[in-house]
Amino acid sequence: MLSTHISLEDTPTLYSAPSSSTKRSYIWRLKVEQVKLLDRFSTSNKSLTGTLYLTATHLLFIDSLQKETWILHHHIAAVEKLALTTAGCPLVIQCKNFRIVHFIVPRERDCHDIYNSLLQLSRQAKYEDLYAFSYNPKQNESEQIQGWQLIDLAEEYRRMDVPNLNWKLSDANRDYKICETYPRDLYVPRAANKPTIVGSSKFRSKGRFPVLSYYHQDKQAAICRCSQPLSGFSARCLEDEHMLQAINKANPSNRYMYVMDTRPKLNAMANRAAGKGYENEDNYSNIRFQFVGIENIHVMRTSLQKLLEVNGTKGLSVSDFFSGLESSGWLRHIKAVLDAAIFLAKAIVNESASVLVHCSDGWDRTSQVCSLGTLLLDSYYRTIKGFMVLIEKDWISFGHKFSDRCGHLDGDPKEVSPVFTQFLECVWHLTEQFPQAFEYNEAFLLQIHEHVHSCQFGNFLGNCQKEREDLKLREKTYSLWPFLLDDQEKYLNPFYTPSSQKFTVLEPNTVPFNFKFWRNMYHQFDRTLHPRQSVFKLIMNKNDQNKQLEKEIKELESKIKQQKTRHTDTVLTKESLHCIHADSPALKPSLCFKKEQTLLPVNDAIRTIEGSNTADNRYSEYAEEFSKTEPAVVSLEYGVARMTC
Amino acid sequence: MEFSELIRTGRAEALLLPGPGQPPVRGTLCITSHHLLLSAGHGSPGDLWLLLRNVDAVEKRVAGNSGTITLKCKNLHVLQLEIEGLEETLDIASSIEALTSLESVTTSYPFFYRPQSLRLGDAANLHPPDHFYQQVALQTDAWRLSAVNRDFDVCASYPPALVVPVGIGDEVLARSARFRQGGRFPVLCYYHTTNGTVMLRSSQPLQGANRRRCAEDEELLRAVLALGGGRGLVLDTRSAQAVQQARITGGGTEAKAAYPGWKRLHRPLERGRPLQDSFVRLVEACTDPSLSMDRWLSRLDGCRWLTHVKETLTAACLAAQGMDREGVCILVHGAEGTDTTLLVTSLAQLILDPKCRTMSGFQSLLEREWIQAGHPFQQRCAHSAYAQARPKHEAPVFLLFLDCVWQLSRQFPLSLEFGEGMLLAVFEHAYASPFGTFLCNSEKERYLCEVKTKTHSLWSSLNQSKERRRLRNPIYTPNPLALWPSVEPQSLQLWAGLFLRWTRPPEPAQEAWEQLWRIVTEQEGGDTL
Repeated sequence: MLSTHISLEDTPTLYSAPSSSTKRSYIWRLKVEQVKLLDRFSTSNKSLTGTLYLTATHLLFIDSLQKETWILHHHIAAVEKLALTTAGCPLVIQCKNFRIVHFIVPRERDCHDIYNSLLQLSRQAKYEDLYAFSYNPKQNESEQIQGWQLIDLAEEYRRMDVPNLNWKLSDANRDYKICETYPRDLYVPRAANKPTIVGSSKFRSKGRFPVLSYYHQDKQAAICRCSQPLSGFSARCLEDEHMLQAINKANPSNRYMYVMDTRPKLNAMANRAAGKGYENEDNYSNIRFQFVGIENIHVMRTSLQKLLEVNGTKGLSVSDFFSGLESSGWLRHIKAVLDAAIFLAKAIVNESASVLVHCSDGWDRTSQVCSLGTLLLDSYYRTIKGFMVLIEKDWISFGHKFSDRCGHLDGDPKEVSPVFTQFLECVWHLTEQFPQAFEYNEAFLLQIHEHVHSCQFGNFLGNCQKEREDLKLREKTYSLWPFLLDDQEKYLNPFYTPSSQKFTVLEPNTVPFNFKFWRNMYHQFDRTLHPRQSVFKLIMNKNDQNKQLEKEIKELESKIKQQKTRHTDTVLTKESLHCIHADSPALKPSLCFKKEQTLLPVNDAIRTIEGSNTADNRYSEYAEEFSKTEPAVVSLEYGVARMTC
Repeated sequence: MEFSELIRTGRAEALLLPGPGQPPVRGTLCITSHHLLLSAGHGSPGDLWLLLRNVDAVEKRVAGNSGTITLKCKNLHVLQLEIEGLEETLDIASSIEALTSLESVTTSYPFFYRPQSLRLGDAANLHPPDHFYQQVALQTDAWRLSAVNRDFDVCASYPPALVVPVGIGDEVLARSARFRQGGRFPVLCYYHTTNGTVMLRSSQPLQGANRRRCAEDEELLRAVLALGGGRGLVLDTRSAQAVQQARITGGGTEAKAAYPGWKRLHRPLERGRPLQDSFVRLVEACTDPSLSMDRWLSRLDGCRWLTHVKETLTAACLAAQGMDREGVCILVHGAEGTDTTLLVTSLAQLILDPKCRTMSGFQSLLEREWIQAGHPFQQRCAHSAYAQARPKHEAPVFLLFLDCVWQLSRQFPLSLEFGEGMLLAVFEHAYASPFGTFLCNSEKERYLCEVKTKTHSLWSSLNQSKERRRLRNPIYTPNPLALWPSVEPQSLQLWAGLFLRWTRPPEPAQEAWEQLWRIVTEQEGGDTL
């Protein structure tokens, strides 16, 4: 295939947010000219003409206005060639970040080439072929190592005051001998000895025995997680029962504990026939068993598909939108996940009871519920750093199968499911209900979603820690988190008001009317659907200026104080003479000058706000009426009117 | 008439049950001619002070020796009062019912309300009727102010001063008025400074089944085209079929042949009963927290309220686009020209004219395009969503307008000087108010009732500086461009601040709003340093 260079001023900014705009040249493998990019929602087939390039990592479209559209191959979920039309051969690309682009390629031959190349480029068989292994953000080795060390889970457990009197670090899984999908370091009740752990793990699906996920210092209650027991219709395991007793005993403030099965009861019962199932309350002392009814990954996948079908419809009416939203069931599922998290948080706060959470394998619904529950309980997770820790702990380290669920490699499509997307959506709903409680904003959630699928960083590759170690991700790839931290001004919520207490519990209201369609996620790239002005930038700027001014005032005040004390203490020196001036008018102009300088960005923010364009909106298409030519015939109407007048 | 005849019991011991974000109040309940008072004594802050005009429906339930009265208010608030004594309950309920069903304008509260901070007549100069004309006259001398309606003889629902083409004499206007329903002949309502195109509004022409014509009406519209670029578009807010039917009862629309240069576009907008039903069903859904997610979504869909929002915005955008982009003159009308017509003309102005997006500009828009233009507020807002009585003329047309403005404010959060608080305040006052601003159905009625001299204006109250934080948008930045909103269903939202205001605690949103103010005013404080 032909190879040439495209020289570009900017690298694809969206995907490589970390790497600055360095001049780089891309080698393209395929170049097709006169390609049309259709507006997805236009009913009048409006389009932009330009050139399409395929590079090793991206698809690039440069339109006649020199606007660039970059699509990472790994983001491509599906490519579809539609039936040939007179204009050319239509090619529809659906991305995992919900971007949908619709090209029309003039020659079928070219379209076929693009189609085949994309199929090949977007589906990798080996981890080593993913972008992360070739992505080079120009960091040196020590920066790379430091980046990976940014999130330290041992430190996080210490923050929760673990190990302590009741909880200890277990080395049972040091070599991944007991459970391959768990991390090496596990925290268990002090009373749980090795035989209990081994026995319990044998009685749990995939060996995922109950371990500590979060310890609530104030209530001395714990959130533990595991997979379903292999109970079948009647099987028991003494070690597993001991394990639960040990968890129960590790909480001195309550006699009973909750066991939350996050599945619908029917699913759990069906599992019994396969030798799995759920805890029998009679066999475990002092447990309170509860189903919460979150559907499985397959139901969620279908639900999202339906949702995307509905909101991708051209000329969608309000009624079709709502009935589609209803029949997709998506918001019902989101509510179910949040309700489960609320149940969990309430058990801890109101009853000081420890809770053991599981689903089937304990890596999808369990991760959702544990992470959301702790997000409600502990304000640390509502900070930027804390949220990274939360994802590292409850999702990455406990073996949420990111690569399978996001389809990083060409694999079983039935393993793909938007479990993590749902988690992010639940967090977004919380940020909407509690606008001041979160340090991060929506852009942060969207950026994380972007990179969970981008395969640009090592964090989300693989399905568990062991697999990541085998892939040597820490040496061969980079961690996302330091890049997000470097960019954190973009992700700050201007309304954030840190609470003085660590444990300010969020009590969201989950009545249906508090849930809405997350437009900025599912239509992130459909610019015409979004508000035309952003409050966010403006407030961020004002906030910054306020802080700046406050700082200046403080500095000046302390200077004045200093000078004053010196002035009274010492005899008149040159310096103190200076201070007398500084105290009075002379300093003021300089303050004013500085202020003006800091004010500039605001105007900038305003200037970037676009007035919108009628051409972007569908109502403009009715306006064709205006330009129709008048029929030249004298209408009958006129004659009739004259006769009767 | 003596109010005391209607009050069967003036006093009882009662308990106001707590609602979301509202503590319970126990104390003495007192009914006066215009208010219901519940005081725990010593002027405690939780005291309830309810304007009876605000009550939309009264429900009573008695059990044993006490009873419960549920007051459903026009601002969608629902209050539950537990009252001691069976007889007291019944008497209080019937007193409230009697007092709230009074229809006389001159005995209504605004005629008694005399706040200390305001002086009667102060607001007379706030939005003078010829202010709009003076603005237009600065741009062009093609339009004149006509006093043909000075005695309300030509059109009962128009104000005395109207803007018409310069070459058209008053006798032509009078003839044209006879050809239009209710005498509402085409008048200027907006002059688009950028390209000199204009927007007019009227009622339907009385074409009738035999397609009558009126030379003067045609002359009037011909003159409009001559002044404004030669091309015109009649935006009819009814469907073509509805126009057909209107012809049978004497109405109709402009025949193409009779009005050369004018094209016609039908954008049917719902009004009257179906719109009222839509409102009632939406409020029902919003006040039922027991709904499952699926039921909620299906009822949100079923009530069709957001469909109406979308259709209304689309029609307004079309009118605005016609003027701004296509350079055509627009004439908007439906049937009477007092409902959907005003929706379109007022929204189109907000879209195009930056002046309408300021606090005072918005007030004069409301004054000019709704109050003086003869939207029958008294009829349309007699009842809100809870009334059990069969609606006669009620329809939430004005609320639909406010909702559309709110949608604009969501999509252009920096471009409107007023905030959600202003829209909520206007909504409440349109349905029940101590001020005279929204009383009656037309300027003529207001003149006869001496509303302007005997009541206070809402505007002078809203313009007091203490209201600033509640009503203004702290991040307003004037935007000279037109605001073209997205009307896709994904871009429209349920106006939670209004429809869910009483069903969920308002704290977090309110706190964020307060903080927004703090951030912005700190800045201003810094400036004055």
